[in-house]
Amino acid sequence: MAVADMGSKKFDYAPAPESRAIVDIRPSYGLFIGGQWVDPTDGHAFKTISPSSEEVLAEVSEAGPGDVDRAVKAARKAYDTVWSKLPARERGKYLFRIARILQERARELAVLESLDNGKPIRESRDVDVPLVAAWFFHYAGWADKLDHAGFGTSPKPLGVAGQVIPWNFPLLMLAWKIAPALACGNTVVLKPAETTPLTALLFAEICQQADLPPGVVNIVTGAGDTGRALVEHPGIDKVAFTGSTEVGKMIARSTAGTGKKVTLELGGKAANIVFDDAPVDQAVEGIVNGIFFNQGHVCCAGSRLLVQESAFDEVLESLKRRLSTLRLGDPLDKNTDIGAINSLEQLTRIRELSEVGESEGAARWTVACELPDKGFWFPPTVFTGVSQAHRIAREEIFGPVLSVLTFRTPQEAVEKANNTPYGLSAGVWTDKGSRILWMADKLRAGVVWANTFNRFDPTSPFGGYKESGYGREGGRHGLEAYLDV
Amino acid sequence: MSDRIDVRKTYKLYVGGKFPRSESGRSYEVTDRKGHFLANAAMGSRKDARDAVVAARSAFPGWSTATAYNRGQVLYRVAELLEGRRSQFVDEVAAGEGLTTRKAEAAVDEAIDRWVWYAGWSDKIAQVHGSTNPVAGPYFDFSVPEPTGVVAVVAPQDSSLLGLVSVLAPVVVTGNVAVVLASEERPLPAVTLSEVLATSDVPGGVVNVLTGRTTEVAPWLASHMDVNAIDLAGAPADAVTELQVAAADNLKRVVRPEATDWARTPGPQRMLAFLETKTVWHPIGV
Amino acid sequence: MTTTASPPVASGSPGTGPVSTSGSDGVDVAGITASNSSLRRFLHGLPGVDQVGAEARAATLSTRSIKTTAKAWAIDLAISMIDLTTLEGQDTPGKVRALCAKALRPDPSDPTTPRVAAICVYPDMVPIAVEALRGSQVHVASVATAFPSGRASLDVKLADTRDAVAAGADEIDMVIDRGAFLSGRYLEVFDEIVAVKRACGSAHLKVILETGELVTYDNVRRASWLAMLAGGDFIKTSTGKIQPAATLPVTLVMLEAVRDWRTATGRQVGVKPAGGIKTTKDAVKILVLVNETVGDDWLDPDWFRLGASSLLNDLLMQRTKLTTGRYSGPDYFTLD
Repeated sequence: MAVADMGSKKFDYAPAPESRAIVDIRPSYGLFIGGQWVDPTDGHAFKTISPSSEEVLAEVSEAGPGDVDRAVKAARKAYDTVWSKLPARERGKYLFRIARILQERARELAVLESLDNGKPIRESRDVDVPLVAAWFFHYAGWADKLDHAGFGTSPKPLGVAGQVIPWNFPLLMLAWKIAPALACGNTVVLKPAETTPLTALLFAEICQQADLPPGVVNIVTGAGDTGRALVEHPGIDKVAFTGSTEVGKMIARSTAGTGKKVTLELGGKAANIVFDDAPVDQAVEGIVNGIFFNQGHVCCAGSRLLVQESAFDEVLESLKRRLSTLRLGDPLDKNTDIGAINSLEQLTRIRELSEVGESEGAARWTVACELPDKGFWFPPTVFTGVSQAHRIAREEIFGPVLSVLTFRTPQEAVEKANNTPYGLSAGVWTDKGSRILWMADKLRAGVVWANTFNRFDPTSPFGGYKESGYGREGGRHGLEAYLDV
Repeated sequence: MSDRIDVRKTYKLYVGGKFPRSESGRSYEVTDRKGHFLANAAMGSRKDARDAVVAARSAFPGWSTATAYNRGQVLYRVAELLEGRRSQFVDEVAAGEGLTTRKAEAAVDEAIDRWVWYAGWSDKIAQVHGSTNPVAGPYFDFSVPEPTGVVAVVAPQDSSLLGLVSVLAPVVVTGNVAVVLASEERPLPAVTLSEVLATSDVPGGVVNVLTGRTTEVAPWLASHMDVNAIDLAGAPADAVTELQVAAADNLKRVVRPEATDWARTPGPQRMLAFLETKTVWHPIGV
Repeated sequence: MTTTASPPVASGSPGTGPVSTSGSDGVDVAGITASNSSLRRFLHGLPGVDQVGAEARAATLSTRSIKTTAKAWAIDLAISMIDLTTLEGQDTPGKVRALCAKALRPDPSDPTTPRVAAICVYPDMVPIAVEALRGSQVHVASVATAFPSGRASLDVKLADTRDAVAAGADEIDMVIDRGAFLSGRYLEVFDEIVAVKRACGSAHLKVILETGELVTYDNVRRASWLAMLAGGDFIKTSTGKIQPAATLPVTLVMLEAVRDWRTATGRQVGVKPAGGIKTTKDAVKILVLVNETVGDDWLDPDWFRLGASSLLNDLLMQRTKLTTGRYSGPDYFTLD
């Protein structure tokens, strides 16, 4: 498959495909329950495809309510009889083993992730998978140090955690959920997204290679119904969800009155704020990274560019010039910058909201490029002349679409940035240190990136204000979600 | 079939990532608890100590500015290699400390787990012992722990691996570099440990291991003006005061010896002892 | 985008002073350089460079995977961009003649191999090089202005320049006065470049910033603009005599500077990274930077050069691997 090479005429990068030979995808997968692969009893099967080519990759089991029940029971048994009795340092050593195997199989995991999700191999290889291993290493080291975490002496785990994760960073979201849960002494039942189950299923194999006691990790694949069955199961003590705000609210309602602890990591409509004294070239990189990294399928994406009016012309010109060097195409080509949209459903939503943007009067600019004829693709798009009243400034598009607004003063930037029900992240670009700190202080967002964007680290707590959810993942703070404190 | 003659190991110093003999050319006999000959160990001199400090100092910038993640990875790799050498360590600990194989195995296992425990601290100590400070004014104020520099360690005399690991790991996990004076009568596990360090990814000079007479070498480390801190765990009781007086010349941070059950999981004290705290202020304003 | 680029070796056109005062769009050179403080205000008013961001961008670009046909094209382009260099106290006529022979025929066994762009020597070696390269298209570049330190009086530096030009050099690689730059005497640095440019006559001028001594990317950006304001035809990273020399982030910042300069004035200025470029991988990474920062117009030996010596043999080895399919060894390539 060709990679659309926008802009260059002389230096034509030849195809540089990462080989698929390293992955061995089975034709079909069962559910991973109690350390074994089992067929669903009352569920069915569904297919997972590669969104860049629409080829079927594998058949995956759908866990019905009975299967979810089996999984929760297996997790409970493992908790009661093995995991809660194991000395903390031994738990830590299991997690170290898993972390090491993740590093050993890094390339395989990256290729599989790109195939199933559609994201460029460069990102899964250089960002996703290294962070996954790092997350397990970090939490492995917490297992026997919980006394020092600031939650009192001998904080206890909650028990069994039900975890539902999205399709945008499948393996990374799995790591964010499973690593701290296990480190704190819980056992888990995790449901990956229905369009991206494969790396979770490979992770189950890795648990077997690490000799993890059966039932400590259970993977139940399926769609919305499976997720609901898991979240509503009376046998779990903890619900952790990353996904849309709409579903997050449903979970908050359905867990009301149950005593289950809940953490939610939901949507966002982050403002990326560029002042006239910003280091322009790096700010443009930050804007591009903010909304086009991972095809914009990022909850904390900088989807609103707030540029100081005095710098508008220069920044927009630099931005458009920079966008013309982006390469869209085959996710397995090592030079691809923009991969496929994860599903037809998501592509439809992006298209619809873009049309809304146009009909509401914003000016649309799209990078000129040829799209492959199979698969789901959307070229990077920029809307200017956007105001807070536009739907494309308020609703999360979750695609490579940037809405550009202007501001005059720092106060105005803050007001516009905060004028949203969301509050996950924000970006600030300026050369002035005190302004960075003033903005950070005033922004109602769980993560503020100054002169950078989309940076993640297992030590750095991540999570939202307001309707972007509650709870933090990463660092010492991330332990709280999985302890009875 | 006759018994095979084994190829015996020699025990040298470990300085700057290499294994030199003592510049003094001396060595001394190491015996087991029953007085049987085990090996000749290098008898380190004050010049060896001097060279070790130089090597440590030059390794400090790289090690202290490595990311905490990177240090943690390196130290975890050391634990993997310790595990691989388990039987060699068990033999040396059993012979040197006069322990049964069972007890020696328990000590070695605990030492490996202790090392893993410390490795996991590298990217956590800053969160547990750093802070942002809510000062009464428009300032962002934060405190970060930073490694103090070159740390001299007089290793415990009796607990030749577990005690050694318990005083060395906290030094390096925090980004400091070490000059270790091994147990005088039981130095062999320290030398084998240095072989593990040399074959893992620990940069040369981050850890330096000297063997020899404690009363001869320790005073030179205690008085050295380019050593920032000293752990006197293995200092003989009658020398401790003198060593502390010498250490006062450049106000070294001193960890005093006390009776310790090395088998118990420690707290963070030995890491904090070698960390400075830096507090930074920055105005908050448009 | 249209350009109003002047050819790099302007035969016969007279040496001129600084870029014409208000002829360039939006850059009033005379106004900016009316005093040291106005020049300082202009240079310090340029956008800052975030170190971490610049280095991250360069690092991401260096993950581009350039294989097969793209690699072959890049190798040939890189060879054609080399300023093959010898700048040693121990240089002799024999050494310089050998270098020139290599410049003309980099790979005697493969006549399809491109020739290099230029050779680069000390002024007193210029006559040897001119003779050895007579009739060929290979340019003769000479360092000048008390290279590499730049620590001498202006008169001495200009005499150095004139000697090289008189001996037949058609390109001059000068060094800026870093002492003056770092102590804020920007106008002095500017005036020196202007004077050297005049002394060059029809030779074209590369201005070496010695980025390793400037240290910060902000300084690199300012020095780049200063050199372009003063009429330099090329900006060059380093003398190659200290480390760090031509790092990827420094080259990136300089490419951004020439891009912005052309946007502001319409004039195209070339870029030459020099020093520390040893392998084909290094060279290809640099060409990717050029491609994705400034594009096609600079992917040309007239506008982009690589200051290197041992790089050439590595390029030839890689070229051979691509054409024969086998890894090669040093025995098969000539020493210069």
